[in-house]
Amino acid sequence: MAEMDTSGGGGKHKKGPGVKKGKKMSTRVDLTPMVDLGFLLITFFIFTTTMSQPTAMKLNLPDDTATPEEQNKAKESGALTILLGKDNHVFYYEGILAPDGSNFKSSNFKEIRDEIIHKKQTTDTADLVVVIKPNDESNYKNVIDILDEMSINVIKRYALVDISPIEDQMIKATEGGGTAPATSGQ
Amino acid sequence: MARPKIPRKSTSVDMTAMCDVAFLLLSFFILTTKFKPSEAVPVETPNSVAAKIAPEKDVVMISLNKDGKVFLSTGDNTSDKQKKHDIIASVNESRGLGLSTTDIDALVKAPFIGVPLAQLSQQARLKTEQMTALTLPGIPCKDTANNEMIDWMRAVSDAYQGTKVNLLLKGDNVAKYPSFKNVLTAFKKNKLFKFQMVTNPESVPQGTELWKANMSGKAREE
Repeated sequence: MAEMDTSGGGGKHKKGPGVKKGKKMSTRVDLTPMVDLGFLLITFFIFTTTMSQPTAMKLNLPDDTATPEEQNKAKESGALTILLGKDNHVFYYEGILAPDGSNFKSSNFKEIRDEIIHKKQTTDTADLVVVIKPNDESNYKNVIDILDEMSINVIKRYALVDISPIEDQMIKATEGGGTAPATSGQ
Repeated sequence: MARPKIPRKSTSVDMTAMCDVAFLLLSFFILTTKFKPSEAVPVETPNSVAAKIAPEKDVVMISLNKDGKVFLSTGDNTSDKQKKHDIIASVNESRGLGLSTTDIDALVKAPFIGVPLAQLSQQARLKTEQMTALTLPGIPCKDTANNEMIDWMRAVSDAYQGTKVNLLLKGDNVAKYPSFKNVLTAFKKNKLFKFQMVTNPESVPQGTELWKANMSGKAREE
């Protein structure tokens, strides 16, 4: 393949009786550096290529202008409220928040899934609704993560709702003296 | 007894075949690679399990960068550019901005819109290189009283009246929730209730319900 016919090459050697024939030089080219270069470029293109297209998550917003009668009220027993605070803190409570905050629990992005699954198993599907309330210090990633958690656990009904001042205060109070949470799982 | 001479074999291997393979793969990767288009607004999107590829036609994209600045852009094809022209013209008319035709054309060519309405004519005079997410202030979207996104979204819904619009929201990981909420408010005020959020794909955690559903081959609900 990488050879050429070189007979008669060399040019310089005198042809005559008794004169030794010039040594035939091999024309095999060492291809190793070329292979090296080839694989280097392959590596470069593998790393720069974008295999994954960005995906899109769908979200439908509720109509705020609907009258209270038109809005479907969530059953208290079937509600799970998830609150998002700063630094990936997650809090949740079931049903209505007790005045003394006894059912207000702290969690993180890893453990909240178990809580959602538990709630889903113990509640009638028709009643189950997850209310997500991010506070002003939570970031966009947290919101997406928790919405993602809804699709991971196949929760059909969930709502993104503004946080109430009481809940915000409880988050701030818990964050102040609370234990350090585990980092976000995703 | 003399041992038979074993002919010494050369240890050099013929590299030609390997070279062929290497360059075949190389040409494959060169031809299939698609460089990431340099984004006007750098945004690091979060991950999600959503499997639907983000649409590329009839797109109105709202970018939310890490400082909470809001930028508006559209798709790159001709019909989207035409819509962008309509949107800007509509805002110009409804808010009485007095933009000239050249200003509007310049804004259509701009990669994104990222200034308050009052400064639109200034952005029109900037060169494309000068329009970066760092230098421009973003569309004001601080609270309900001062939310120019509402005007923009009204123009968007007017421009796309009767046709489908793919509203894309591309938020940065560390963007704070209030800015996200204000964009949502702008959507809601204009009765744009359906939108999509751009994310990076992520695998579904094993053992979860969605995972089981995918494994059983059930069609996913979008």
